[in-house]
Amino acid sequence: MPQATLEPKAPAPRPPAKADGELTDLLPKRLAHARPLFDTGILKRATKDSFVKLNPRALLKNPVIFVVEIGAILTTLALGRDLATGAGNIGFTLQISLWLWFTVLFANFAEAMAEARGKAQADSLRKTKTDSIAKKVVGAKIEPVAASRLRSGDVVICDTGDTIPGDGEVIDGIATVDESVITGESAPVIRESGGDRSAVTGGTKVLSDQIRIRITSNPGETFLDRMIALVEGAERQKTPNEIALNILIAGLTLIFLMAVITLQPFAQYSVNSAGAGSVPSVVVLVSLLVCLIPTTIGGLLSAIGIAGMDRVMQHNVLAMSGKAVEASGDVNTLLLDKTGTITIGNRQAVEFLTVNGVGAAELADAAQLSSLADETPEGRSVVVLAKEKYGLRGREVASHEAVFIPFSAYTRMSGVDIDGRRLRKGATSAIANFIREQGGEVPQDLLDISERISRQGGTPLAVADGRRGLGVINLKDVVKGGMKERLGQLRAMGIRTVMITGDNPLTAAAIAAEAGVDDFLAQASPADKLNYIKKEQASGRLVAMTGDGTNDAPALAQADVGLAMNTGTMAAKEAGNMVDLDSNPTKLIEVVAIGKQLLITRGALTTFSIANDVAKYFAIIPAMFMATYPVLGKLNVMGLHTPQSAVLSAVIFNALIIIALVPLALRGVKYRPESAASLLRRNLLVYGLGGILVPFPGIWAIDQLVHLLRLA
Amino acid sequence: MWKQMLPGIRFTLVFTVLTGLVYPGLVTGLCQLLFSNAANGSLVLKNGRVAGSELIGQNFTRPEYFQPRPSAAGNDGYDPTASGGSNFGPTSQKLSDRVKASAAKFRQDNPAFTGPLPADLVTASGSGLDPHLSPAATDAQVARVAAARRVSAGKIKALEARFIEGRDFGIFGEARVNVLKLNLALDGIYPLAK
Amino acid sequence: MTANGILQITIFFLAVLALTKPLGVFMTRVFAGERTFLHPVLRPLERLCYKLGGVNPEVDQRWTQYAGSLLAFSVFSAVLLYALQRLQGYLPLNPMGFGTLHPPAGAVAMTPDLAFNNAVSFTTNTNWQNYPGEATLSYLVQMLGLTMHNFTSAAAGMAIAVALIRGFVRQQANGIGNFWADLVRSTVYILLPLSVLLALFFCSQGVIQNFKPYTQATTLEGKTQVIAQGPVASQEAIKMLGTNGGGFFNANSAHPFENPTPFTNFIQLLCIFAIPAGLTYVFGEMAGDTRQGWAIFAAMSVLFLAGVFVLYPAEQAGNPVLSKFGIQSAVTANQPGGNMEGKEVRFGIAASALFATVTTDASCGAVNAMHDSLTPLGGLVPLFNMQTGEVIFGGVGAGLYGMLLFAILAVFIAGLMVGRTPEYLGKKIEGKEVKMAMIALIATSAAILAFSGASTVIQFAKSSYWNPTLGPAIANLNNGGPHGFGEVLYLFTSSAANNGSAFGGINGNAPWYNLTGGLTMLVGRFLFILPLLAAAGSLAAKKRVPVTSGTLPTHGPLFVGLLVGTVVIVSALTFFPALSLGPIVEHYLMQSGRLF
Repeated sequence: MPQATLEPKAPAPRPPAKADGELTDLLPKRLAHARPLFDTGILKRATKDSFVKLNPRALLKNPVIFVVEIGAILTTLALGRDLATGAGNIGFTLQISLWLWFTVLFANFAEAMAEARGKAQADSLRKTKTDSIAKKVVGAKIEPVAASRLRSGDVVICDTGDTIPGDGEVIDGIATVDESVITGESAPVIRESGGDRSAVTGGTKVLSDQIRIRITSNPGETFLDRMIALVEGAERQKTPNEIALNILIAGLTLIFLMAVITLQPFAQYSVNSAGAGSVPSVVVLVSLLVCLIPTTIGGLLSAIGIAGMDRVMQHNVLAMSGKAVEASGDVNTLLLDKTGTITIGNRQAVEFLTVNGVGAAELADAAQLSSLADETPEGRSVVVLAKEKYGLRGREVASHEAVFIPFSAYTRMSGVDIDGRRLRKGATSAIANFIREQGGEVPQDLLDISERISRQGGTPLAVADGRRGLGVINLKDVVKGGMKERLGQLRAMGIRTVMITGDNPLTAAAIAAEAGVDDFLAQASPADKLNYIKKEQASGRLVAMTGDGTNDAPALAQADVGLAMNTGTMAAKEAGNMVDLDSNPTKLIEVVAIGKQLLITRGALTTFSIANDVAKYFAIIPAMFMATYPVLGKLNVMGLHTPQSAVLSAVIFNALIIIALVPLALRGVKYRPESAASLLRRNLLVYGLGGILVPFPGIWAIDQLVHLLRLA
Repeated sequence: MWKQMLPGIRFTLVFTVLTGLVYPGLVTGLCQLLFSNAANGSLVLKNGRVAGSELIGQNFTRPEYFQPRPSAAGNDGYDPTASGGSNFGPTSQKLSDRVKASAAKFRQDNPAFTGPLPADLVTASGSGLDPHLSPAATDAQVARVAAARRVSAGKIKALEARFIEGRDFGIFGEARVNVLKLNLALDGIYPLAK
Repeated sequence: MTANGILQITIFFLAVLALTKPLGVFMTRVFAGERTFLHPVLRPLERLCYKLGGVNPEVDQRWTQYAGSLLAFSVFSAVLLYALQRLQGYLPLNPMGFGTLHPPAGAVAMTPDLAFNNAVSFTTNTNWQNYPGEATLSYLVQMLGLTMHNFTSAAAGMAIAVALIRGFVRQQANGIGNFWADLVRSTVYILLPLSVLLALFFCSQGVIQNFKPYTQATTLEGKTQVIAQGPVASQEAIKMLGTNGGGFFNANSAHPFENPTPFTNFIQLLCIFAIPAGLTYVFGEMAGDTRQGWAIFAAMSVLFLAGVFVLYPAEQAGNPVLSKFGIQSAVTANQPGGNMEGKEVRFGIAASALFATVTTDASCGAVNAMHDSLTPLGGLVPLFNMQTGEVIFGGVGAGLYGMLLFAILAVFIAGLMVGRTPEYLGKKIEGKEVKMAMIALIATSAAILAFSGASTVIQFAKSSYWNPTLGPAIANLNNGGPHGFGEVLYLFTSSAANNGSAFGGINGNAPWYNLTGGLTMLVGRFLFILPLLAAAGSLAAKKRVPVTSGTLPTHGPLFVGLLVGTVVIVSALTFFPALSLGPIVEHYLMQSGRLF
């Protein structure tokens, strides 16, 4: 008869989940140490950078804004010509020129804002990179060496108070380490040789004890270096979708360029045939062009991308590339570890089941006594359950002659010898052996109940008092509150969730059903994970997973989104394309939400930008040809005052909308987990229809103001 | 690309023969066999000579005939070797002038008619060969034709009414009168007194 | 609008709807090379074609090979047509002696530039004609040259559409089908049998079909009337069915010998939409989800109905400039009222308005009324229909692949708003596809705008090569003011869209227009098809992403609305300035009575 056993607790216990606030809310939450959207330092820096970015060579990579700049130069030249000759409407040309320059600056500002936030973060990281002196082990001696000269393979010693000089692996000793520089988390963590907690990061600080570290990175390639480069945007490359979107808006720009350039001969023909009016000036044509080309999305596109990565960062997740963030929006399959992600880390006692007419109170009492010295969460939960259900308070056992028997992997049970009683609890098979050893007989009930519990996904802990089997404690994995709901939301978003567990299939199935995952992988070995990912990918799905152990590395590398835990090994961190500094596997769900939000923001602003053009045509076209064909005034549906004020208002609106949308670009469009159909419906309504409608009152209002101030 | 060249030439010839020769040849044979009259132009004979096609409009200028719409086909209108419309746009001065002149001429020729002119009567058709008039447009000419033929307007009106074709299946297109057929009937039934 | 007019339009639409599925099912089988009820008769003919063509139809071609085959075939067949036109004087079946030393009076000479324009025109399924057919071409050229191209340019369009669908449907595939097989199957199983039936029907109604010289008639008033003849019915059938639209006669489907009755008119209308509508079903069927096809169908229908219900009331309202001469512009019991200039009495306003919409929705370009004489808003609809790239059912094949281009764009722009990188039918739409779609879009709109712009201002000396008799390019216009501009814009729009209908007043038979127009047609056809084939190749190589509830749904009303919006907004944004100086301002000018 198969007996459920107390499996080794895998994976290792993790620090309490930090971002586990409201579970139903998938929206990124800015953490305490996250920066406010606009802070004076950042604003100042961004403003300065917006001017630096005026350099046409830098702007070339943004064709839309580059075209605006060329337009601004043209109108400025026209202004110079008008000033020299005294001809033309100088006030009008001046204002158009200014607003065109503002348009470029606003677009630059959006990007600079996004970058500045990263740079500010990089600066604070860089401060921790003061060059410390490392104690390098050379043979039997210890030599002081500048940390920056350490190379991969060197061995150093760190004592209490030392800053760890570089990324490495603890090869000897155990220490508490303050990693707040990296994680923002002030609670110290334990680092010890061997196992999955051996990785240390340069810049962090040893708080107690001494460890011996083998350095694993060369100068300039440390985790901290990479992190600085990442947040600073130095390694920022355009993501595939961003490139495609750039092609689209560059193409549209080209189309509008042709539409505007050819308007000149069309206008010439019209003027000739109507015998009235004149061909629109370069200033007006440039204004029309700038209003038509998708400046809104062109100006905000890179800011959206940078801000997306920044949002990931604010969740204390380090994305190694923008591509990974983008891919996380596309994820179809999420591999979630059971322990710590779906269930709270540990099993809890939920009921006492007696055998052979043993009183429930007696069993509870024995269970509590045998667990008093058991400091594991399971043990504590037994004490708590006995207290809650039977009013048994934790007793001071020190007054009795009590000998505690700790749990050992060999005996697979623990307990207490007290007042001549030998109370034991443990794996059913171990307890059965114990009863037999004591000369007792194992009650059939005990075995049956245990069997039933494990079939239902629980873990049975048998309790014996000497030769008497008293009953069984049902230890259950407890699914996190709200998890079912949350997985349901993921399903609505079209994401399959797969639970990964070391449990046997029986247990796994029960928990899977309770949590509401779509599939599970029981008794999963690292190879199983890898194969599962490959299978999913073969059918076109994108897979995301978390991992921390060295043996997770191949799967992390294979997955499209691999979120490595910061507590994990260096190998795992290298293999994944994101690192969660909080080491909270639940965050994978948030990362997916951020990825989606990034894509939605892009789509929404593109749609909005293009939809805006409708109103601008209605503002500018009648204004252009009012003198040639006065009847076209019927298209002036907004009732704009004069041709000049119409053109100026459209240009001003076009510039201001960029600034107005910077917060949206940086913060991202509101995202709710729901089906694609309802997402599309709402976003199309807001950004499509809204994009068509909003500019009408907007331009009208600006025109009123322009008229009021007698600007045109 | 070069490998595709040879099939390019061969298929050009294959399709030229199949769809350019065999197909129209086959269709011609079948049509001549089955619909000989239609296939040859629905020609109308008068006194053994071809007097036109019942599908193709022709010019009538004399008062005793129902007169067709203005035509832009050829210099004098209704030239089947130069089919086409006026191609005047709605804001064309020439169109306005032409319609104005047509309307004035029609009112001059048909003093008995006082109502608004049917639109088809003063506008040129697309083909320039339109064989039809709207019943309203023939109605408007009944008095003139009757006077010219010295027949009562009622008789002409009755004859005209026999030539009104309704919509196809009562649904498609518009009611119309074939001007050539009506005029042929006029000549047959109410010949001009010599 | 009249109740009868609305009824005619409704019946037409319902008939198209009814034809879509049966035709779609049949065509799907044909393109898949499966057995159909026609196989016992036509399979030997199909085999014979492959044998004579020297190809193995089973070979799966990469997109480059597929495109190469298309180009090779197009080049050689165009060259053959050019030669036939230039040499017609030396060839048989030329009873009127066109191109000989003694052509009939009023004959138009087939100059090199005109022959180029026309060869390109028929090869590209445009069928723009800068000459009157009855005064220019021998029967042999009409058959060997034009009728043949009517078949093959249509079949090629269908082939391309099917190749693009394969791109969406196949997974990790290298090839997108075999061009020759697609071309032969389209012709042999679909176009030929239907054409034979239609030609017989048309002839039964009065469409002529003979090789006789023109008939001399003596009119009742004693004048001579020369009645043109020729093998019309055979060309008429494929002209409509293949959305070619090139008339045997100058007046096209307004000519009583091409379109003698309202019933033939109705059948011609059905012919235009039948295959394009059926192809939407093919799309759904091949994609394994017929809803996908119906969504495309629905989007096309919305645009079609919107067009016809702008055009029809505009024409029915008539021309206020003319009504002041005491002309009845309202419909009465026995006359149609409205704007009858350029329209036939037998068709009236409704059937003419429907025809003008349908022929420019599809890339047909046949006309049963002169578009140049449409009211401004009435003329705006055909112009705009073509400026959408003719995706409203569109040309056979061309409409579907054009609409799929817009679907790619719509999915790309709005698809992001569901929080996934865009995908259509499970295929990721990435840089390559967007680039190809944009190239196609840019190339066609560039050709329209640039050549229209040039033509409105360019000056040539009289007796120069480019426009020898008239000098400036705008001297060839038949109208002044915005309408004249509309004629230029229509010429290049129609050419780029491979439509072939015209604001016919413009005299396009001058080297300037013949060459720029021909160039525009080439751009509109091949710089549209080649990028799409490239996209098909790249799509075919991709994996299909499984559909989940997180996938953008591309079959519901929402997507239909999105697709319609994308088509309208992208086209309107590109052409609004031009249109506002053409039909839009013309509308207001007409209202105010301003003439040119």
